[in-house]
This record gives sequence, C-alpha cells and structure tokens, in this order.
Amino acid sequence: MLELVLFFVFGTIAVGAAINLLAQRHPINSALSLIVVMASLAALFLLMGAEFLAAIQVIVYAGAIMVLFVFVIMLLNAGEEERTPGSRVAMLLGFPAVVLLAGLVAWTLLARNPHPVPVDLAGRFLGSPAAIAQLLFRDFLLPFEITSILILIAIMGAVVLASPAGTTTGSGSPDQPPARREE
Amino acid sequence: MLSITTFVIVTVIKIVIALVVLLTAVAYSTWLERKVVGHIQNRWGPQRVGPFGLLQPLCDGAKFILKEDLTPPYVDKPLYLAAPILSLVLALTSIALVPIGGWITVSGVHTPLEITDVNIGLLIILGITSLSVYGVALAGWSSNSKYSLLGSLRASAQMVSYEIALGLSLVGVLIMSGSLNLRGIVDAQGGHMAFWIPRWNIFRWPTQIVAFFVYLTAAFAETNRVPFDLPEAETELVAGYHTEYSSMKFAMFFMAEYANMITVASIATLLFLGGWHGPLFGPGWLQAILPVFWFVLKVFCFIFLYIWIRGTLPRFRYDQLMGFGWKVLFPIAVANVLATSLIVALQK
Repeated sequence: MLELVLFFVFGTIAVGAAINLLAQRHPINSALSLIVVMASLAALFLLMGAEFLAAIQVIVYAGAIMVLFVFVIMLLNAGEEERTPGSRVAMLLGFPAVVLLAGLVAWTLLARNPHPVPVDLAGRFLGSPAAIAQLLFRDFLLPFEITSILILIAIMGAVVLASPAGTTTGSGSPDQPPARREE
Repeated sequence: MLSITTFVIVTVIKIVIALVVLLTAVAYSTWLERKVVGHIQNRWGPQRVGPFGLLQPLCDGAKFILKEDLTPPYVDKPLYLAAPILSLVLALTSIALVPIGGWITVSGVHTPLEITDVNIGLLIILGITSLSVYGVALAGWSSNSKYSLLGSLRASAQMVSYEIALGLSLVGVLIMSGSLNLRGIVDAQGGHMAFWIPRWNIFRWPTQIVAFFVYLTAAFAETNRVPFDLPEAETELVAGYHTEYSSMKFAMFFMAEYANMITVASIATLLFLGGWHGPLFGPGWLQAILPVFWFVLKVFCFIFLYIWIRGTLPRFRYDQLMGFGWKVLFPIAVANVLATSLIVALQK
C-alpha cells in the first residue's frame, strides 16, 4: 500500500519535473528540473529494490553529468531563451503524432504480452551490488569491456577535438592559463 | 521486528538526538577552530564569553539570527533561497547513515546506534556528497556577483575533480571487506593481528596507508578546507560563493561546511580506523559507552587535524590544485585499487 502511494508521489514528481523542463525558459531551471527527474527516478528504482541502481543513478547522473551541464550553463552565462510562436504545422501534426506514437507503443506492448505482470513494488527485485556484479563481470563481461573501450574512444576523440589547433598530440596542458595561449 | 509505532518513535528520538549532537558539535568545532588557530598564531582566541570562551558559539548563533537578512537586488530569488537550504539539508542528511556504535537495548527495544542501517550506506553517502555541489554552484550563480560566480566555479570544478580520487581511494577498503554496508565494514575490523596491532583497515596492508592519505587529501578538497580553500580565498574573492549571503543564510552555509567536515571524518574513521573498535575494559556500563567514546575520539582527532593544517599550510594555486588532483592523487588511487585487488586475489 505504502509502496503504491510512494510510487505515485515520485512518479508525479518525475513527470511534473519533466514537463517543467520543457516549459522553463531559462536553461539553468531546465537543468535543475532534469536533476529532479533523475532523483525521482532513483527513488522509483529504490522502491523496486534496485538499491545499487538507485545510488548509481544519483551519483552518476545527478551528481556528475548534470553538474557538468550546470557548469557549462554557468560558464557560458546563458540567458533566457526567446519565445517564438512556434510553427502551426508542429501544433497541428505534432500533438496527434505524439498521441499516435504513444498509442502504437501501448498497443504493441499489450498485443505481445496480453497479461502484463505488474512490477513488484515491494522490493523483491534482484538489484543488490553482488547480483549486478555477477551479471556485469561474469555473464556479460565481453559486452561490458567492449562498452568501456567505446567510451575510451569517445574520450580520446573529445580530447583531440578540444585541444587547440596544431597540438593534436595532446601534449598541451589543459590547465594552462589562457593568457599564455594568446601569445 | 519492531511494530510500526515503536519504529517511528525510536527513529524520531534518534533523529532528534543525532541533530542536537551534530549541531552542537558543529558549533563547538568553530570554537575549537578559533581557539586552536589562535594558539598556533600566538593569540588567545575567544576567551571573554564564559570560561575559556565556551559560550562564544551561542553568542555567534544569536548574532546570526539577529543580523539583518539582506537580499541583494538582481539575484535569482528562488535559487538564491534554495542554495543554502540545499547545502544544509544534504550535509545533515548524510549523518543519518553513519553508525557510531554497536547495538543497544533500551527498555526492550533493540536498535543500532545510528538513524538507519542501509545495505549500501557508503554509496548513498557518496551520492549525497556528490549532490552537495549544487548548493555551492547555485549560490554562486544566483547571487549575480562576479566573486560569487568565480568562487562557485572553482568550488564545483574542485569538488567534481577530487570526488573521483575520493571515491577510488575507498574502493580498496570495499574490496577487502566485501561490503558496502558501513556496519559490516566496521565489524570486519574487530580484533587484532600480530603484535597487538588492531585489525583496522589502515594497518592491514601497506597499500591502505596510501589509500588513507589519498582519502584524507581528497576529503580536505571536498570540504573546501585549507590548503584547498580556493573557493573562499578571501584575499582574491572576498568570501567566494557565499559573498552575497548574510544572517542565517550565511550561517547555513557555515553549518553545512562544518557538518560536512564531521561526516567526512566519520567516514574516514569507519573505513580506515576501525570505527568504534578500541580497548574495552571496566564494568558493564563503561563497556557500553566506550565504543561510542572511541568513535568520537577518532572523529575529534580528524577535526583537530583539519584545524591544525589550516593553521600551518598556505593555499595552493589553482592550476597546482587541479594538476595535483588529476595527475597525482587520481593515478595513486587507481594504482591502489589495482594493488589491493591483486593482493586479495592472490590470497584466495
């Protein structure tokens, strides 16, 4: 019973914050709404008993990735967005398209699985750190390692793109004061 | 299993006790800091209010409450108000997961000496700490002042960078104890090894001494303390991210900083220094109190170390700070993880 109440509380917060993310005009408010979405998703994970996933959701998404978002917004000193009236085609076609897509997804899911099993909210999901480690480092070790190499490639690409022209070897120290670079 | 009513009553009592103790500890940390730094600099520190100036924190608190609460024009009001609240709430929340002793039985109720015992307590504390960047970042941004913005940019960059070394330095301990539960980690450190050396994690492998110092350094940076106090460097940034705050809003940042210091010291105690383990002797009532005493003593040593270092070391330069975090601490922490896993794997 309490699980259901909590589920609706955090579900409402997540959806409300997601709508607020689109409605806000200032980028920093949108970023903060996204953090609220992340945090309430973590609470939903916790309700299902996926404690490790919940903690990682907070640490990685809310605590690391969104900090970089907020950081960039603060550094660029991004101002409020201008509101344009928006195209009429989007209004006329967009909303029906969203309803259509949602209906299609729901129909496909129901047609495939006519007797859906409700998610167990009482926390009997196998989400302990040990269970996840078994999956990651034993059953899916190869995909896990391949993903990490992919991420490494992305990081290297970012370093190459971000280093100033002529120093693509990456020897230039990134924390050099900008004044020296202007010489 | 406790009934719902007993559980709620016990939890509320524990929360009230923990809050009162923590806030008193915060207040007297400031007293201790002024006193110790005073003596280091050949001054007396506070000594007018009460014996040894012991009532000084109360006066400071009253002063904060009575001061005029200024809100500068052109601030982003909602975020300007939310930032100190966020800082303080997150700082006070993390203490709920810190166990300070074993189990006690009071009038038939068997309960652990902490507000709540969570399987992944350490991860949740790390999560809460990683969120506390927002208090600082939002304070600086919403104040609409260049000093605040610079201070908060420095603070967020520093906290994000050192969080990695901080987290990695703890991995070795986690590998050795095989648990994320703080109580489990402490229980694994009971007893002693050869030559009566306690079985604390810091003494078990030489690699853990390295890990301990990596943690200690990263923790100083996380809490924005000297020598990593660039976010508040008063000679260049007035006061950093809380320049535009006054009265209780400033006090909230101040309390959050000291509460974070205590949390970080508690984690170091739990993970490296055997938590509440220490010599037990004497009659029954003394044996019940001693574990809590050892825990508090270890945390106190950390707080003293914080203050001592503040009175001793000068401030880093900003590029030195970033270089140190990424090029020194981070590789050492990774090497420690590798070495500890190797030792544990070879032992099996």
